Amino acid sequence: MSGQFLHNLLLFGRILRRLGLDVNPGRMMDLVSALDHIEIGKKSDFFYAARTLLVHEREDLPLFDEAFELFWRKPAESDWIEQWQGLTRRRKKSGPIVTHPPLKEAAPQTNETDSTSAEPMTVIEVTRTYSDREILRHKNFAEMNVEESEAVKQMMSHLLWKVSERRTRRYRPGKGNLIDLRRTLRRSLRAEGEVFSWAYREQKLKPRPLVVIADISGSMERYTRLLLHFIYGMKAALSQPVEAFVFSTRLTRITRPLQIRDLDLALKNVGDLVNDWAGGTRIGESLKMFNFEWGRRVLGRGAVVLVISDGWDRGDVELLNREMARLKRNCHRLIWLNPLLGAADYEPLTRGIQAALPHIDNFLPVHNLASLEDLAKRLADINRRSNGGNHARYSLTSLKPPSSAAGTPPRA
Amino acid sequence: MRERHYIAERGLATSLYLALKLGRPLFLEGEAGVGKTEVAKVIAALLDTELIRLQCYEGLDVHHAVYEWNYTRQMMHIRLLEARGDKVSEAELFGPEFLLRRPLLQAIEPSRQKPAVLLIDELDRSDDEFEAFLLEVLSDFQITIPEIGTIRTPNPPVVIITSNRTREVHDALKRRCLYYWIDYPSFEKELEIVQTQLPDAPLKLARQITGFIQALREMDLYKLPGVAETLDWTTALIALDQKALDPVIVDETLGAVLKYQDDVDKVKGEQTRLILERVNVEVG
Repeated sequence: MSGQFLHNLLLFGRILRRLGLDVNPGRMMDLVSALDHIEIGKKSDFFYAARTLLVHEREDLPLFDEAFELFWRKPAESDWIEQWQGLTRRRKKSGPIVTHPPLKEAAPQTNETDSTSAEPMTVIEVTRTYSDREILRHKNFAEMNVEESEAVKQMMSHLLWKVSERRTRRYRPGKGNLIDLRRTLRRSLRAEGEVFSWAYREQKLKPRPLVVIADISGSMERYTRLLLHFIYGMKAALSQPVEAFVFSTRLTRITRPLQIRDLDLALKNVGDLVNDWAGGTRIGESLKMFNFEWGRRVLGRGAVVLVISDGWDRGDVELLNREMARLKRNCHRLIWLNPLLGAADYEPLTRGIQAALPHIDNFLPVHNLASLEDLAKRLADINRRSNGGNHARYSLTSLKPPSSAAGTPPRA
Repeated sequence: MRERHYIAERGLATSLYLALKLGRPLFLEGEAGVGKTEVAKVIAALLDTELIRLQCYEGLDVHHAVYEWNYTRQMMHIRLLEARGDKVSEAELFGPEFLLRRPLLQAIEPSRQKPAVLLIDELDRSDDEFEAFLLEVLSDFQITIPEIGTIRTPNPPVVIITSNRTREVHDALKRRCLYYWIDYPSFEKELEIVQTQLPDAPLKLARQITGFIQALREMDLYKLPGVAETLDWTTALIALDQKALDPVIVDETLGAVLKYQDDVDKVKGEQTRLILERVNVEVG
């Protein structure tokens, strides 16, 4: 292998890493040794060899293909550089970026204000008296000023999150009712093979995975920023997988950007990824996208699903009804969080909510800190399968029958 | 591979070849029914070696994946020794004759002359605990049994791992493997598969079926039909002695292709007729 070729190969690896692919020196060495086994002269073999070694996510395949095509051809053409720039701009896992998020109130790109206000925030919290905090706990997110919402963010980060556990099919030594022959026999050996006591196994418990699907459409805008904080905090606090999605007209998965330790950076990345901030609402379509693309991948293992939306839907109600039913069938517990439910006179009469209600296990408010605390408590003691929504503030049976135009009637 | 009735894309062949040469596991992902498991079977047949299959499920543990002691025999042995008035020795009780060998241990059996093909099927169904364990085994192909010692083999197995993506498999494991995504085949490839697998199928029928399935894959369905469905459907239609597709027979046998009632409802009737018309034009 010529030195020039090796040099190019390493350069190619570096470029792929820049593009966000998980390429490391170990892989590159594998590729070099793989080249002993194939004919480098044959471009397609080289291509497939590089691809099978350097890519291990299906999502990365198209990006790799393009980068390969661009890198390993003669750079004679004049638009070469522009094309590279185009590719770099695309990066991994970010769809076509159209606009920057017009998120108001400390939007992700106004980082300066965010980081400067981070300092006095602690002070605010310390000086807050008990009663101040009580008021803040019950204040509607939508009515808060910047200072209050910063304080609430602080308080939010102290919420204790825990999602109830489910029995797995894995066993461990314990007090269950299955005999552990291995330990029984071992124990019996101490007594020359006489079995005096039986050892048992029990089922191992594991916290349920959590999936959050949040509405970031225009009507939810006043809540969006705080709700993202809440999702971030929950994800950071829980040990089990937490999958997060946002939608207004289309669904975006934000699990990966939220994994970053730095909250501001994480929210900024979310902002860059999503390109339909404060747009219209198409809940049905978005849920359909979720069910088709992600349902099978993230809903296993008895997941709990939180849908956060006010139910103002401009899409197809029949579709929403169908997709809610499908979602319900595929998860352990389906909880709908609605910020409007905080208002005393709120009646769930919008068509979207009407279509969704029959499929929901719990219909809960998320408009202030107290409601989040309540949610935390509920998540911690989901133990049995849906018990008919008894915990819901709106018991499903007590709902008024919908007006004739409102779509599907709720389950009696 | 063609000899063994497996029609592979060039990329898959390259991945397999490199997996063999570099001694790395091959990680195959793809939708259900695109022939992932089949790859391992064909490789085993080609290498003329044993195929050891480990079907994953949640809670799969060492006792089912690697080894287990045969407790019943051990207890009998204890009784026997007692009856003879002998002492029970632990070394004897935990000797190879009481060891039940599960797939992973079988695959690294030192006495093996030829490397076996180890198929770890549907890894996404297992849990984190098993994944972590597997990572350890795959890194150095050795297993330690406390009572016996470390078992390793001079002929490590060829490892094929498959996943349907019902769960994200951990990056660390994927990184250790060669990766290949098996896509749905093109019309030509799929027709070839049908013809090699089911030589009895009349050409016209095979072309129509393949065309129809290809059209379904472009639709907005909850579960798209895989190659397995194509073959099932063809078999069913041959059994019904059909020479060609017509809307009635398609509607009646749609259950062999689509596995969700919503999808069946969507396609049945009007759609069937439209697709069939289009297919007939395209495949002639």
